[in-house]
Amino acid sequence: MNTDADAGTPAVDISAREYTTIKEVAGPLIVVEGVEGVSYGEVVKIVTPEGEEKTGQVLEAGRGLAVVQVFEGTAGIDTSKTRVRFTGDIMRIGVAQDMVGRFFDGLGNPRDGGPEVLPEDRLPIIGAAINPTARDYPREFIQTGISTIDGMNTLVRGQKLPIFSGAGMPHNALAAQIARQAKVLSTGEQFSVVFAAMGITHEEASFFMRDFERTGAIERMVAFINLADDPAIERVITPRMALTTAEFLAYEYDMHILVILTDMTNYCEALREISAAREEVPGRRGYPGYMYTDLSTIYERAGRIRGRKGSITQIPILSMPDDDITHPIPDLTGYITEGQFVLSRDLHRRGIYPPVDVLPSLSRLMDEGIGPGRTREDHAGVSNQLYAGYAEGRDMRDLVAVVGEEALTSRDKKYLEFADVFEKKFVTQGRNEDRSIEETLDIGWDLLATLPEGELKRIDEHIIKKYHPKYRGERAATAAG
Amino acid sequence: MGEIVKIAGPLVVADDMRGCEMYEVIKVGEEGLLGETIRLDGELAYIQVYEDTTGLKPGEPVTRTGAPLSVELGPGILKNFFDGVQRPLDAIRAKVGDYITRGVYIEALDRARRWKFTPRAEEGQEIEGGDILGVVQETEVIEHRIMVPPGVKGRLIELKEGEFTVDECIARVEPVAEGGGGGAAGAGAGAEVELKMMQNWPVRRGRPYREKLDPDVPLLTGQRINDTFFPIAKGGTGAIPGGFGTGKTVMQHQLARWADSQVIVYIGCGERGNEMTEVLEDFPKLVDPYTGKPLMERSTLIANTSNMPVAAREASIYTGITIAEYYRDMGYDVAIQADSTSRWAEALREISGRLEEMPGEEGYPAYLAARLSDFYERAGRVKTLCSPGEERIGSVTVVGAVSPPGGDFSEPVTQNTLRVVGDFWALDSALADRRHFPAISWLRSYSLYIGYLSDWFTKHAASDFMDQREEMMSLLQKEAELQEIVQLVGADALPPRERGILEVARMIREDFLQQNAYHEVDSYCSLEKQYLMAKVILQWYDSAKEAIERGVRVEKLATMRIKDVIARMKYIRNEDFKAKYEEIMRDMKDEFESLFTQAETQA
Repeated sequence: MNTDADAGTPAVDISAREYTTIKEVAGPLIVVEGVEGVSYGEVVKIVTPEGEEKTGQVLEAGRGLAVVQVFEGTAGIDTSKTRVRFTGDIMRIGVAQDMVGRFFDGLGNPRDGGPEVLPEDRLPIIGAAINPTARDYPREFIQTGISTIDGMNTLVRGQKLPIFSGAGMPHNALAAQIARQAKVLSTGEQFSVVFAAMGITHEEASFFMRDFERTGAIERMVAFINLADDPAIERVITPRMALTTAEFLAYEYDMHILVILTDMTNYCEALREISAAREEVPGRRGYPGYMYTDLSTIYERAGRIRGRKGSITQIPILSMPDDDITHPIPDLTGYITEGQFVLSRDLHRRGIYPPVDVLPSLSRLMDEGIGPGRTREDHAGVSNQLYAGYAEGRDMRDLVAVVGEEALTSRDKKYLEFADVFEKKFVTQGRNEDRSIEETLDIGWDLLATLPEGELKRIDEHIIKKYHPKYRGERAATAAG
Repeated sequence: MGEIVKIAGPLVVADDMRGCEMYEVIKVGEEGLLGETIRLDGELAYIQVYEDTTGLKPGEPVTRTGAPLSVELGPGILKNFFDGVQRPLDAIRAKVGDYITRGVYIEALDRARRWKFTPRAEEGQEIEGGDILGVVQETEVIEHRIMVPPGVKGRLIELKEGEFTVDECIARVEPVAEGGGGGAAGAGAGAEVELKMMQNWPVRRGRPYREKLDPDVPLLTGQRINDTFFPIAKGGTGAIPGGFGTGKTVMQHQLARWADSQVIVYIGCGERGNEMTEVLEDFPKLVDPYTGKPLMERSTLIANTSNMPVAAREASIYTGITIAEYYRDMGYDVAIQADSTSRWAEALREISGRLEEMPGEEGYPAYLAARLSDFYERAGRVKTLCSPGEERIGSVTVVGAVSPPGGDFSEPVTQNTLRVVGDFWALDSALADRRHFPAISWLRSYSLYIGYLSDWFTKHAASDFMDQREEMMSLLQKEAELQEIVQLVGADALPPRERGILEVARMIREDFLQQNAYHEVDSYCSLEKQYLMAKVILQWYDSAKEAIERGVRVEKLATMRIKDVIARMKYIRNEDFKAKYEEIMRDMKDEFESLFTQAETQA
């Protein structure tokens, strides 16, 4: 046993020490005794009697005792012959610009049969918190070409905006469409995509791959893929590998990165599994009490930094168990992210794509990202009025279910129709349909024109005069004359 | 000096620590990371560490500092941004770059900056804790009053004038042995005490005051639902619970911007980084309605975002309230916005879990309720310490946002908060979903200060201010009852009188309670304008009742022209409102008159 622990220096391998003293194996954890100088968060290499090599990380460092989580699972580990080597270094990923266009597994090893990446730098995957004084407030409009997003819940560069979905809904198609179409108007710059998949099925993964391949997006993306049958514990590492790579590309190579994380629900399950194995006091529904903090160390890595060109925009996808938005995973996510897109099973059942329910959806950074010079001066008014109209129409639907349509006044009926047309014309669009923001707003105006003008209380009068279809003709006439 | 035996997340256990005190600051490991003891057990000390512990090893040294976690109080707090343990964020950025790395130690108050100190006391004078030695113009709008620290009492033998840094001596005091004992706790009798502009105070101990006063002066916020419906008192406490997306943060920003307090302490406790950036960008630009200068001139921000170390998040609200108490002691009205106390409670839960304490409800420690009430009880309007014969009044008003999981108010943080706060502004996601902002539910919210404040409103606002409030609230209550019937049979089935109530209730909701935080004019509504707006709406209702009796159809009332004017009256400038009000009342009277005549001719 090598015990010349060279404490102060955390350089790789110099202070590496090897032990065969595993005391306990429990779920994804092993407890090693008789160790010395083990540091918290240190990376551990484990070699099973069969010669299989696994990677782990120290979760608890005590005197003579270390608790290690094993990313590849503990199958094959025994308590007499398995060798455990403490590397003296924390988790790092070798990053390089050459990673663009490549596929990796959940731990960052190439998965595409290509050669190892020659790292330009080896960065710790636990990102430090961005100093709030160093952040640049996100306010650049990203056009996704999807009306429900651009028009009503605008995404801006540096934002983190998750898709709350449920089993069986087309969140993957929507995410792929966003990845494909997203651009910043003024510059026409495209996003590079860092894609992290956690516990998704083979079909889902190949859907994304095919889509990215078909559209050429693959040339400018990096993918980290942990499939459903890959080790579950690996999933706590995958998003951090992806985000570290994204930060490197964004801040060293001035790239604008869109990070898609799917499915965060699987990530949280892995977190819960580790917590349960450690016999920690559980919070709600068995998830660890620190899940909010843990999730924030992922989501908060989105943003812009003053004086640096690149940016990181995040679209995490999570499936709400039983479509329950109050479940701890969507709930804690919603408290950290800057809004959410909520997919509706009801809309999906009626064949509407994308089934974004605009009522519970929200983009908190929208106000800063829209308006004159960014999108168009009527954007805020149109968005608010569409929202109000649709909300009222939906109320009418509920009312009709109880009292019947005859009991409605003619004004109420207008709103009832409005809700239907809104879903058909505004929400519904093709999977490859890329609407400009002007098209989106004009569709909005066409819908608003079906309501009495007196009802448009949320839009300033001069805006109505300028954009309302009724006056558009007049304007054209005066312009011509 | 002890050594580390175990590291688990933010918790470190150290051996050979006998003699260490609870809540003592400890330097942990080779890098000297900052921590604080939170449990003692024989030779072992359990330490919560304010920085990331990755890489720490058992066997590394642990050093005691002998002092509890304290903040530095003196000029330079305002216009500054700190983390949860009062490290200046700008200075950290200047030193280590865009990311917050650990092991950075920077003093809270700039030691190099010199402040012009103007004495206000006389040499030879008898002084005691709380007395003002002199003043420093800390920012354009706030005069920083340099006070004798609590516990010091004696004769002022020297008082300097000129420019000094915060840790230079500005005065010397010869303590007087007091007959009755007590008194000068810190200073040994006889030994001279040197006073600086800066003093230290442990964050977990409230600063002393002479007497707590009744909360009978309102803190006006310019928000109609807050001021008219659920007012908060200076020195009061309020909670804003709401699920995500219900507008807690906007509400907090609005209160910080518009409340008539002189000093603002904004605590971003475990919240979003971009939100803090927004505050950091906005406050220096926003023009303060009371001084005409940027709001930042009278604000200090404490930002410990969700991904910054969790133990520092736990400390952040104490850091904030101690700073607030310090400005209170100068005689200022201070408002604290803590966003969000749930994140603070979660930090408490996380640390408690690491300590393997027996959990209470939902995993929160059993002492959650006690900690919450300790915190909120530090609010109050007080007579501050100072020599007998003098009097100074200051206040600390605390408003805490609460983020209940799933928007469910029955969870422990919300419930324990409600037991101690005086104002409950319940945010309702149903209102937020239909973009009714501020989404404060008028049915669930309450203010316990109404009884204390009604005299003030009657005297300073209008004699019928409280009557109008009650009438509006009872109309809304009636509406809620009627809505249940409407859900079953439709509005048409109601008698005209009741439909009139629905109509006016809708006006109260949309034209009075809804307030646009982003609108230049509507963002702030003066108390006078609030009163007159309410008057217009209630006048409309009175006339509408008469009209219904005279046989005017409800549909006619619902489509009156004046209703559009009323809907837009929130956008009339505060200063123009009085004049416009007369005009609106006149037009309303005319329109009703013509309705009456029409109805009569038809009949």
